[in-house]
Amino acid sequence: MQPVVKLEDIHRVYDSGEVKVHAVRGISLAINKGEFIAIMGASGSGKSTLMNTLGCLDQPTSGRYLLDGIDVSRLERNQRADIRNQKLGFVFQGFNLLPRTTALENVELPMLYSKERISSREMRDRAMQALEIVGLAKRHDHFPSQLSGGQQQRVAIARSLVNRPQVLLADEPTGNLDTRTSIEVMGVFQKLNDEGITIVMVTHELDIARFCKRNLIVRDGQVVRDETVANRSLAPVEIAKLQAAETAAKLIHHPA
Amino acid sequence: MRFLATCLIAIRALRRNKLRSVLTGLGIIIGVAAVIAIVSIGNGAKAQVEAQVASLGQNVISIFSGNFTTGGLRGGGGSAGTLSPEDAAAVAREVADVVAVSPEVRDRAQVLANGLNWNTSIIGEGPDYLSIRAWDLIEGGMFTDQDVRSVSKVCIIGKTIVDQLFPDGSPVGQTLRIRNIPFKVVGVLKGKGYNLFGQDQDDVVIVPYTSAMKRVSRRTNLNSILVQASSPDRMEKIQQDITDLLTQRRSGREPDFTVRNQLELAQAATATTKTMTMLLGIVAGVSLVVGGIGVMNIMLVSVTERTREIGIRLSIGAHDSDIRVQFLIEAMILSGIGGAIGVGLGIGISELFSYLNGWNTLIPVWSVLAGLGGSALIGVIFGYFPASKASRLDPIEALRFE
Ligand SMILES: Nc1ncnc2c1ncn2[C@@H]1O[C@H](COP(=O)(O)OP(=O)(O)OP(=O)(O)O)[C@@H](O)[C@H]1O
Ligand SMILES: [Mg+2]
Repeated sequence: MQPVVKLEDIHRVYDSGEVKVHAVRGISLAINKGEFIAIMGASGSGKSTLMNTLGCLDQPTSGRYLLDGIDVSRLERNQRADIRNQKLGFVFQGFNLLPRTTALENVELPMLYSKERISSREMRDRAMQALEIVGLAKRHDHFPSQLSGGQQQRVAIARSLVNRPQVLLADEPTGNLDTRTSIEVMGVFQKLNDEGITIVMVTHELDIARFCKRNLIVRDGQVVRDETVANRSLAPVEIAKLQAAETAAKLIHHPA
Repeated sequence: MRFLATCLIAIRALRRNKLRSVLTGLGIIIGVAAVIAIVSIGNGAKAQVEAQVASLGQNVISIFSGNFTTGGLRGGGGSAGTLSPEDAAAVAREVADVVAVSPEVRDRAQVLANGLNWNTSIIGEGPDYLSIRAWDLIEGGMFTDQDVRSVSKVCIIGKTIVDQLFPDGSPVGQTLRIRNIPFKVVGVLKGKGYNLFGQDQDDVVIVPYTSAMKRVSRRTNLNSILVQASSPDRMEKIQQDITDLLTQRRSGREPDFTVRNQLELAQAATATTKTMTMLLGIVAGVSLVVGGIGVMNIMLVSVTERTREIGIRLSIGAHDSDIRVQFLIEAMILSGIGGAIGVGLGIGISELFSYLNGWNTLIPVWSVLAGLGGSALIGVIFGYFPASKASRLDPIEALRFE
């Protein structure tokens, strides 16, 4: 089977005047359909740069990037925009929802930039479906300011799903969330992955990485470790554990 | 269609920021309203002046006693002049295409009737005066040639005189004393309002010019002679013929008269209103441009403020052109709606103005169209720069922007 993502010796050098920063130094990587990858590494190791390349937001200085068999490393700006719109979904650490815009309208956004014409009825239906998947259909007319961080991130996930992408990319999606909400978000990811969506995410937390199927460690712009997760965490189980621990804590604090 | 989607995006974005939208539109509203109000008030003023010029009479040429320049159109009393009833008779007799002639003597005097008195202008005229000035009587009749010849003590009076001296009803047949000489009122003039120079034309008593000369003012010369031409295109020729004739009649002496036609008067009067309208129009135009710059300013600020929004849009697949068109449409909607409100406001202001002043303000269709089109154009022009700035942002940097 042909991999969805194939990186061949990718380099990225930031040239900001005097200093040159070699953020990615020759990464080659193949990601198959249905994989669920966590990229880990120290701050400044080049994770975000790699994600931006994978996300067609940035162009590599050298190397080849085949997405779904198409070489996207030399496309021009608007063609990359179309790829982002059609084949990729993004989830950001800061959620990046439009303020003062309802959850529904936020989720509709990628469809407004679709090449194909989508009727407003269909847009609404698809956005509602996506919100349903992340369990927020009831809150569709809420503004981001009326939602908790975890809920906002789920709206962002719904938005990333709505154009049925090949790959879902998430740069520290749980970075702004507490443990419990992080696990909930990972639960949504696991569910989506079970349905066949390929997910690549960056995280600093080992616990979170253990929800994924494969872990990559990046150091100084190179992949230094690439391993399959042996004892994978499952969101429902972890939630149950957390609940048990909380109950126990309560019992200690409030003896009957 | 992508364009429709972009319109929807722009409308949603505007709705999200109502206050900002309103403030942006305000500059345009004021600019367009000012342009429309000033154009229509200016037009109204022009129409007013034209009506007043028409009230001078049709194809009228005036011969004034004495020499004076354009600046002195209203001229002095001309008492030093030698314009005589014989000159008037000669003009009537010898100049071709003259329809009517009326010798004119002007004076001011205290008049009395019913125990009331009033200071007014006493004008001595010929019987053709009213037809020359296209002025009607609402009661009675004009004095005749016979009255002129026999130096009759008859008069016709204006509306203001009726109001002041005959408060209770019909003055025709009653007596009016001018410098204590009793004159019989034979007619009442229709109200004519103010003239080009702001004088009340109805504040007048008109008597035969012979009576004015011999009984009221005791003088032998005229102030002026009114001449009516048969058609506007004869005016210049007649003006020349009159000048030649009167010069010839004064063989050897300095010419002591001035011949003016109605058009020259009208031009002098409209020139002022034209200049005023133009100046105010320029001010209004400038305020419209300032309004446009306001739109640009706020759009530019909003590009910075909305950098993250632009980053989000770019990251999920917006093309440069989508962002550019979105900002352009936003600017156009703002200035378009602002323009529409401005048109309404402008019409309102000019209606109010005409109501307060009692004259018609004409709102030309072109000014409304120009106001609407102009404001949309301003939206495009001043929206383009911020829009293209927004569309060139780098998605990664825009997303990172705080
Ligand atoms: N736009 C840029 N211009 C210049 N240098 C950059 C730019 N973006 C990133 N870098 C540099 O490239 C290197 C890798 O940055 P990157 O953001 O990929 O790290 P990261 O692994 O995501 O770190 P973190 O965990 O803190 O998010 C860093 O040294 C950073 O300073
Ligand atoms: Mg990073």
